[in-house]
Amino acid sequence: MVRKNGTSRAVEKKLVGVADLVITAAERRKDPTLAIPVRSLSNITFNEHKGMIEMGKGKQARSFFNVGMAKKFMQTVLVADALCELQRANLTTSLREVYYRAKHTIKDSNENTFDTQDESDPVIEDLEVTLEALREELHVRAENAGSVAGPLVLVDDGDRVDCARLGKGGYSVPSIVEPEFVQIKKCTADFVLLVEKGTQWNRLSEDKFWRKYNCILLTGNGQPPRGVRRLARRLHEEKRLPVYVLVDNDPWGYYIYSVIKQGSINLAFESQRMAIPKAKFIGLSSGDPETYGLPRNVGIKLNDKDITRARELLNYHWFQKKSWQEEIKRMLTSGLKYELDALANKDFQYLTKKYLPRKLKEKDWLD
Amino acid sequence: MALATRSRKPSPPKTSPPPTPPKPTVSAVELGARQREISVSEFFTKNRHLLGFDNPRKALLTCVKEAVDNALDACEEAGILPEVAVKVEAVANGESPPPLSQATRFRITVTDNGPGIVRQQIPRIFAKLLYGSKFHRLRMSRGQQGIGISAAGMYGQLTTGKPVQITSRTSAKTPAHYFEVQIDTKKNEPRILVEKQIAWEHPRGIQVSIEVEGRYQKGRASVDEYIEQTIIANPHVKLTYLSPEGETKEYPRTFHELPPAPREIKPHPYGIELGMLLKMLQDTKSHWLSGFLASDFSRVSPHLAEDICKAAKLSPRARPRDIHGEAAEGLYKAIQSTKIMAPPTNCLSPIGEKAILSGVYQQIKGEFYTAVTRPPAVYRGNPFVIEAGLAYGRGPEQAGEGQEKKPVALAEGEQQQDDHELARVIRYANRVPLVHQQSACAIYKAVLDTTWRTYGVTQSKGALPAGPMVIFVHMASVWVPFTSESKEAIADYDEIRKEITLALRECGRRLGAFLRRQERAQSEYRRRDIFELYIEEVVDACNRLKGGKLPTKKLKEQLHKIAMTRTGGEKTDEVLGKTGGGPEGLPHSIIVTPEGIEGEVSVSIATAPTEAVPPEGAPGEEEKAAKRTRPKGRARHEESGKSKDARAMRRVKPTPRHKTDASKPAGTPRKSAKRRKA
Repeated sequence: MVRKNGTSRAVEKKLVGVADLVITAAERRKDPTLAIPVRSLSNITFNEHKGMIEMGKGKQARSFFNVGMAKKFMQTVLVADALCELQRANLTTSLREVYYRAKHTIKDSNENTFDTQDESDPVIEDLEVTLEALREELHVRAENAGSVAGPLVLVDDGDRVDCARLGKGGYSVPSIVEPEFVQIKKCTADFVLLVEKGTQWNRLSEDKFWRKYNCILLTGNGQPPRGVRRLARRLHEEKRLPVYVLVDNDPWGYYIYSVIKQGSINLAFESQRMAIPKAKFIGLSSGDPETYGLPRNVGIKLNDKDITRARELLNYHWFQKKSWQEEIKRMLTSGLKYELDALANKDFQYLTKKYLPRKLKEKDWLD
Repeated sequence: MALATRSRKPSPPKTSPPPTPPKPTVSAVELGARQREISVSEFFTKNRHLLGFDNPRKALLTCVKEAVDNALDACEEAGILPEVAVKVEAVANGESPPPLSQATRFRITVTDNGPGIVRQQIPRIFAKLLYGSKFHRLRMSRGQQGIGISAAGMYGQLTTGKPVQITSRTSAKTPAHYFEVQIDTKKNEPRILVEKQIAWEHPRGIQVSIEVEGRYQKGRASVDEYIEQTIIANPHVKLTYLSPEGETKEYPRTFHELPPAPREIKPHPYGIELGMLLKMLQDTKSHWLSGFLASDFSRVSPHLAEDICKAAKLSPRARPRDIHGEAAEGLYKAIQSTKIMAPPTNCLSPIGEKAILSGVYQQIKGEFYTAVTRPPAVYRGNPFVIEAGLAYGRGPEQAGEGQEKKPVALAEGEQQQDDHELARVIRYANRVPLVHQQSACAIYKAVLDTTWRTYGVTQSKGALPAGPMVIFVHMASVWVPFTSESKEAIADYDEIRKEITLALRECGRRLGAFLRRQERAQSEYRRRDIFELYIEEVVDACNRLKGGKLPTKKLKEQLHKIAMTRTGGEKTDEVLGKTGGGPEGLPHSIIVTPEGIEGEVSVSIATAPTEAVPPEGAPGEEEKAAKRTRPKGRARHEESGKSKDARAMRRVKPTPRHKTDASKPAGTPRKSAKRRKA
C-alpha cells in the first residue's frame, strides 16, 4: 500500500496521544478523561450558506473512574491500540477485524473486553471524531458496497479501470477512494445518477442508459457507503458534474438523499468531505404516481414508523424549503409510499425508456 | 366422539319420542332391605385418599406425620419438652429384603416422652376412628378430628394385615403396657389381639409402631423433608430420625422453651351454623336461654345475652330445649346481627418471632433471616394468627462454591449463567408442615399475589419469586380450615389471605431493605473490582501504544490510588468483610430481628449453632412481662413485650457484628423503629 508517510505518522501520533492522556492524568492524580465530540442531533448545525450539516462544539467527557463509563474508556484505549498497530504495520482492515483484534477475556474474570461488534464500532467512530482522523486515515475500510458504470476511467492501485468496459456489473467502488488510492483519469460524462437500489442500477446498466444519456451510474445498495458518497463528491467537485439522486418514495429515501446532499447526523464531521450540497432529488417524488399514472394499488400503506419518521424529517432544518415541506406532506396525506420497483408495473423498461428521460427533459427535480 | 355429538345435536329437540316410564324392577321393600348403615371405617376404607393415603409414598408420610403430630400434641399438652424418635425401616415381605428403592413395606416406629395413655383408652385411641380429645373443644392443637392415627393403623391393617403395636407408660412407678390392636372396620370398634405388661426402658411415654405398605423416596414431600420442616417450626423439639437408609439424624433442641399452652375457648357466636346452634340448645346444661347464651359462648355477657333474646323476641327465661324451628332461626339471625366482641385470642400459641428465626436459621443456610408474627385476627368466629418467616441467600459455603468456578471465556451471544431458582414455600398449620397440594393453599396463593418485585426480588407473572429464598408461613388457629380431611391445604378465606399477605409484605419490606443495603455495598465493591480489572487492560494497551517502553508498574499504582480515593475503597472492604472485620462464625450473614432493619443477631442464635439459647435468662423475663401485661389484652401485650425484649437484648449483647454496624449511618435503626410504631 502506497501511502505518504506524513499522514500516517500524524495519525499514529494522535493515537499514541490517547496513552499519553492516561499517563499524564495518572501523574497528576486526575481521572483520565477523553473529550469526545457529541454525535447526535443535538450537536449539529445546518450551515445554510454551505448547505451542509456541521458538527457543533458539544463534547462529552468519557472518564475512566466512573462506573458507567469505565468499560467504554477501557474499550477506547484498546481500540486505539489496535488502530495504532494497523498504522505501524501499514495495513488496512475492516471494522469487524478490529473488533476481533481487540476482543479478549479480561484476566482473572469471565468478562470480555467486547461482547459484540456493536460495542466496538461506535468506539471507532468516537476515535475518528476525537482525533479528527478520517476512517481511511485510520486504515479501517468498509466492504465494497457500491457499483459504478459509465464513461469514466480510474486508476486504482496503478491499474487502469475503464468503467465503460466492465460489462453489466461495473466497477465495485472501494471504500477508500481518496486521491492517493484512486485517481480520476478521464471523465466525459455530463452528470452522475446515484440510484438507491441495485435493482434499478442493474436495469439502467443493462439497458446501457449511461451510453445514451452520457452519465455515470452509481449505486450504494441502500444507504450509500462512504466510498460511493466520496466518489460522487469527487466527480461533482473535480469534474463539475451535477449529481441526481434516485430513491424510493418513502421517508428513508428522502433521508438517503439528504445524507448525500448535506451529510449525516452521525458522521457530521465528514460532511465537508462527503456532502454534495447541489445534489438534486430526481425521484421518486410523491407527485410522480399521479404524473406518471402509477395505479394506487402499487403503493404501500405508510406504517406508524414511516409516519413518525416523516414527521421528524419535516422538522429537520435542511427540509425546511417550501418544496420539500410540500413533498413530504403530500406523502403523508396520501398515506402511501412507492418503491422504485413499482415502476415495473407499467413496463419492465419504463424507468429507462420513459421515466428518467422525461424527468431529465422536464428538469423535474427537487433541490 | 366430539364429532358424533355435534352431528347428533340438532336432532333431539325434533325427534325426541315421548319418554315411556321404565318399569320398576325393584320394589321399595327390596330396596329397603339393601339400605343399611355405613360405618365410618368402612367409608374410609373405600375413600382412603380423603385421609392422605392415595399412593404408597404419600401414605408412608401420612403415617409418620400422624404419629409425630400426636406425640408432640401430647407432650405439649402435658407441659413436657418433647423428645421424639422416629424410625422408618424397610421390612422384608417374606423373602430377603429388597433394595430400598423397591421396598414396599415399611415399619414406622415413633417414640415420645409424653404423658402416656391410660391402659383403658389405648385400644380406642389407636383403633377407633373419630375418637379423641381434640374434636369437641376449641383449642389450638395439631390434630383436630381424632382420625389420624387410627386411620394410619387401619391403613396398615388393610395393606399388610399387621396390627398396631403400642407401648405406653404413664409414669416411672407404673409398669408399661403393651398392646396389639386392630380395628373392626364394620363396627368401628377396636379389637385387642395382645395385651400385656412389659418392661420398658423409658420412664414415661408412648411408642407406636405400624407396618404399612409404602414407598420411600427422597426429595419433595418426603419423610425427610417433613421432618426437617417440622424442626423449623418446632425448635423446642428434640428429634432423632432413623431413616430407612440406616442414617441417624439428630436434631438438637435449639429453643429451650415450651410454647405457652394454648387455652381452650368456647365457640364464638359468629362461628357457628344453625344446625350447630340447635344441637347446642339441646345439649346445654343451662335452664334459661340467656344463661345458655352467656355460658356456652365466648364473648357473650349476661347483659348481651338479654339483648340477643330481646332482638330474637324470645324470653330470656325460655327453656333452651323448647327453642326450635322458626324461633331457633330467629335466634340465629339475632345473634348474627348483634355486635359481639371478637373472640379471645389467648387460645392461640403462635411460634413467636424468636423461635421462628431460631428454627429457620438452624435448618436453612442463608444470609438474611426475618420473622413476623401478626396480631391475632378472626375468620368465621375463629381466632387465628399468621406468622411468616423468610430466609434469603445462599449462606457462606454455597456462595464460596459459586466463586470457585473457573472463569471460562465467553463467546459472542453466550451469557453468564443465571440460575433461575424459584423460592420455596414451606407451609404450616398449627406447627404441622403441609407438604402436599401447594397450589391449592391460601398461603401459596398469597405468596404469588405479593408483588415481590417491590422488594427487589424478581418474579415473573403468576409465578413464585425467583431467588435463593425460603418463605415460611404458619397459621395458628383453634380451627384451621383445611380444604380436605387429609389436611394438606388451607382454605382461601379472605380474612386469612389478607393476614398472610400483610405478614409477607412485612417480611418483604425487610428483605428489600437488606437487599438494597447489600447492593449498595456490592456496587461499591463492583466499582473497585471493575477498575482493578480495567486498569490492567488500560495500562497494557497504553504500554503497547507507547511501544512497550512504559513503566507499567508505576502507572498501575497511580491508577489504583485514584480508584481508591474515588470509590472510598477501605470502607467497602470493611462492609464486605474483606479485611477480616466481619462477624466471626457468621460471615456474610445478617439476621434481622423484629426490632428493625439494622437488627442484631439475637442472643440465642448468635452464640453457637450447636448449643443455643441460655436455658433461662432473657426469655424468662419475657415470660414474666407477659404475665404482668396479660390483663390488657393479648394483642397489645404481644407488641409491648416484643419491643421491650428487643431493647433488652440490644443492651445486653453487643454482638460481634457491632463493628460493621458502626460504619452505617447511625440513624437507620431508630428510624425503622419509629416506622414500625406508626
